[in-house]
Amino acid sequence: MSPEQIRQALLNILTRIVPDEDLSQLKDDLPFREQMELDSMDFLDIVMELRKQYRVQIPEEDYPHLATMGGAVTYLTPRMKDIQA
Amino acid sequence: MAQVSDQDRIVITGVGLTSPIGNTLPGYRGSLLEGRSGVQPFETRYMGPVLAGVCQFDELRYQKKKELRRGTRAGSISVFCANEAVQDSGLDWEHVAKDRVGVYIGITEHGNVETENEIYEISKFGYDTSTWSHHHNPRTVANNPAGEVTLNMKITGPHYTLGAACAAGNIGFIHGVQMLRLGEVDLAIVGGVSESIHTFGIFASFKSQGALAENADPTKACRPFDMQRNGIVVAEGGGLCTLERLSDAKRRGAKIYAEIVGYGINSDASDFVLPAARRQAECMRLALKRAEITANDIGILSSHATATEQGDIEECVAIREVFGENLKMAVNNTKSFIGHAMGAAGALELLGNIPSFQDNLAHATINLDQIDPRCGLPQIVANKPRAMGQVDYILNNSFGMLGINSVVIVRRFEA
Repeated sequence: MSPEQIRQALLNILTRIVPDEDLSQLKDDLPFREQMELDSMDFLDIVMELRKQYRVQIPEEDYPHLATMGGAVTYLTPRMKDIQA
Repeated sequence: MAQVSDQDRIVITGVGLTSPIGNTLPGYRGSLLEGRSGVQPFETRYMGPVLAGVCQFDELRYQKKKELRRGTRAGSISVFCANEAVQDSGLDWEHVAKDRVGVYIGITEHGNVETENEIYEISKFGYDTSTWSHHHNPRTVANNPAGEVTLNMKITGPHYTLGAACAAGNIGFIHGVQMLRLGEVDLAIVGGVSESIHTFGIFASFKSQGALAENADPTKACRPFDMQRNGIVVAEGGGLCTLERLSDAKRRGAKIYAEIVGYGINSDASDFVLPAARRQAECMRLALKRAEITANDIGILSSHATATEQGDIEECVAIREVFGENLKMAVNNTKSFIGHAMGAAGALELLGNIPSFQDNLAHATINLDQIDPRCGLPQIVANKPRAMGQVDYILNNSFGMLGINSVVIVRRFEA
């Protein structure tokens, strides 16, 4: 998957996790939590969906990398590059 | 009758409900008087279509989509019913002291739906338990339905559920009465809910027990007291009310649906599933005694009968024993319309009868084409509503597995 495809995959996951939010103006460099109602249980849903949909296992110590869209895409790109979109 | 102060008299001031035949008390009552069934074919995992009572209410009226995703069906039903009840009560909710509100909700069971869903989900991942949801625990804790109400409505008083099999709806009401009389809270949101149709297990278990109703016409499937009855139709639903002390209700000029004047809870101590007429009769007598009335005072008896062979017979034996001489009383049955709403059954069955205090009609038990002589109570209202004289007292039976019996008696309120 390309970085742009990973971004879209994350957007699709977020759309499911925070269905009441408008994500069209999401800023890649700002923390998700500053842009939407996203508590720790919601955040774990991002990790869970990546695990279920793409079999990506993210260790707990790496969770901070997923705080922003930009950080998440950078972190996931090498880990998801071999996945067919 | 002994003089009871308004402080100890507990009244119903608001009603919120969802049932397979209506989501408001007037709508639900209208369907009961029209004889409309809410039973329909329902897809369930592994078993294919079964027959069930299914609710369709506006889930997003009081919850965001995210709350629905995070919570449970029982929670969603509870949130809807609690908000509707408070709105109906006319309480100035913004100024109600939220730490003096208690939420007491009867449930038959909770957590089976969510556990089944998770097991199904991990089965798609080779039973890799790392795909088991972190939401499983908050969804399946036994207080979940009541807790979701407090989260949604910002109630900081006590909340919990009362697990009491199919006697639970009544027990929600009884517990609310007790807590108000103890001074634990000033407002109680009480009743019962059920999401049980969303797990195959309840259907499969009744089927294995030989107690799951089947009928080519779903609307004819639930037929208590009838010779052709062949078991239970499972339903979902909820019925929650606001209970207040009469003194508080009067002070704010509240509309009063009824006063809860008597109740009883006891145990058969005889079998896991088979009911016991003797103990049911004792429970009804206990409620009459608490209400300080006699069997002849009851105008309508809302029966528990689930359309199982022995359950219906046992209850009729108990009713005959206590009310054999009260021939002006009407005996009816709500399950014949909506199926067995489990934890919600007692609440919905009581609430559907309360409008009788105004319209003086007893709704029927439908699908009663040929009465089983062993259930041949002369008071049964078959198929069409019965015009009554003034109805002063309604008695509501709810019985459950492990031999738990509950009875609630409500009285017409005269200002």
